[in-house]
Amino acid sequence: MDIELQLAVENLLARYVHALDDDRLEEWPDFFLEQCRYRITTAENFERKLPLPIIYADSRAMLRDRVSALRHANIYEAQRYRHAVSSTLVERIDALTVGATSNFQVVRIMHTGESVLFASGRYLDRIRIDGRDRRFEEKTVVLDSRSVDTLLAIPL
Amino acid sequence: MSAVSETHAWPAEGITRVPYWVYQDENIYAREQERIYRGATWNFLGLEVELPTPGDFKTTFAGEMPVVVARDLQGVLRCFENRCAHRGALLCLKGRGNAKEIACVYHNWTYDLEGNLTGVAFRHGIKGQGGMPEDSKPESQAPRKLRVEVFCGLMFATLSEATPPIERYVGAEVAARIRRVMKGPVRVLGGYSQILPSNWKLYFENVKDTYHASLLHLFFSTFRLNRLEQKGGVIVGGDGGSHVSFTMMKTDLAGDEYERAGMRSASGGYRLEAPEMLESVDEFGDGITLQILTVFPGFVLQQIMNCLAVRQVLPKGVGGTELAWTCFGYVGDDEKMSERRMKQANLVGPAGYISLEDGAATGFVQRGVAGASARASVVEMGGRSVESNESRVTETSVRGFWQQYRKHMGL
Repeated sequence: MDIELQLAVENLLARYVHALDDDRLEEWPDFFLEQCRYRITTAENFERKLPLPIIYADSRAMLRDRVSALRHANIYEAQRYRHAVSSTLVERIDALTVGATSNFQVVRIMHTGESVLFASGRYLDRIRIDGRDRRFEEKTVVLDSRSVDTLLAIPL
Repeated sequence: MSAVSETHAWPAEGITRVPYWVYQDENIYAREQERIYRGATWNFLGLEVELPTPGDFKTTFAGEMPVVVARDLQGVLRCFENRCAHRGALLCLKGRGNAKEIACVYHNWTYDLEGNLTGVAFRHGIKGQGGMPEDSKPESQAPRKLRVEVFCGLMFATLSEATPPIERYVGAEVAARIRRVMKGPVRVLGGYSQILPSNWKLYFENVKDTYHASLLHLFFSTFRLNRLEQKGGVIVGGDGGSHVSFTMMKTDLAGDEYERAGMRSASGGYRLEAPEMLESVDEFGDGITLQILTVFPGFVLQQIMNCLAVRQVLPKGVGGTELAWTCFGYVGDDEKMSERRMKQANLVGPAGYISLEDGAATGFVQRGVAGASARASVVEMGGRSVESNESRVTETSVRGFWQQYRKHMGL
């Protein structure tokens, strides 16, 4: 195992989930390349090879639009996430690209005090590692469940 | 029959008032199951294209009643209760599959795809021991069969012989708007569910409520997708419980009704960096960019630009609803259209730019009325009657819903 590569990927994932959980959503698009693919789907759609996404973006600009809609347009009750990412398997694809598969769980904490296990699933990532610069080229979030409680505002 | 408390008299104002006990009372909920979902209404089951091959089946619900929908070996669509004649266990555990017959896992009683009981394990015992009496009639408790009607590729079922054919049930104008969207062979793009923290009626009303669309959903009005001053209308069909609302975009874009009224949804300088998400094609050739259609008691057909979907509103107890979405395109879609539908899928579902608020808003009502069962909501936008309307600053289709609801419920 390439320990340095493993740590580089895990560090990227850690910084990614801390940005989301700390409500630094404006930093979220910068974890991706300008040309990228971000998709949330369900395991059911994924296994049946059905393309329908819950969220889909094919550029960093679309990710920034998602953030500004959350900040300025969409209405939802105050809430935070707490991500736990584990069991990351890393596989080198070529000199600059690695694939990574991780498990995640997200607890959603509402302003009313209610904490629930909101989502669990896998991150299927394609990461570009260019020296110190590490970003997602592609991130597919595969939810284990076909159901989402109430709404999904903050990205996963 | 379920009892309804005597204190639950409908307000004298009629359909312009909705008493909050209708969203809270267990007896009302039980009566709805009996008189609406198991009564003379059409329950939406899914798209016919989900079951293309003989032997294909899926499981879903008519209200709370679990049902199996199957294409039998002759190719005919059937629907029957998902309940074994023996001890009442679920017959089909899987959400979908293909089978020649269905066997209950509990005691291996078997059924054909019409829902007929075809085999009782050890009915005659083993070596003369055990088994059922000769005159036993386990078929008497067989799963109930529902009448299936397919309209434009949409599957509906009813337990009642009194339910009129779909086209008459929804009315000619709503039927024409179903035909408009279900214009050719469709292809399922996928599905998901939202679990809503509210009574099923609050969500169904929300879909019919054209008044809220541009006020709650800021995304819409900022990009002028459904400003109320745009051209459109509301058509109420059938007994009132079915409707269609539609909007034609790019009319009167200079309107400033919102800005002048100082409303929250008029926020000015908001721009998309990647507006290509909203680039749509007029695939119906009539300039209608948004059409939302409902069929009583729980079906929604949606065209939001090029994002097409059916939604099933399923009651899950007094304070809960499952909203099951299935998005689709057409068999002939080219790559560009498929990509367009994927991008516009961002508008709908649990993370939808113009739908995520709905799941929360209906929950705000459920929570807000917790101490007010004897009070009522005021539904007087656009007048006090039920009629089709060119304005969408109206609650006419919400009143239409309550008109049909009260008729079924005897309230």
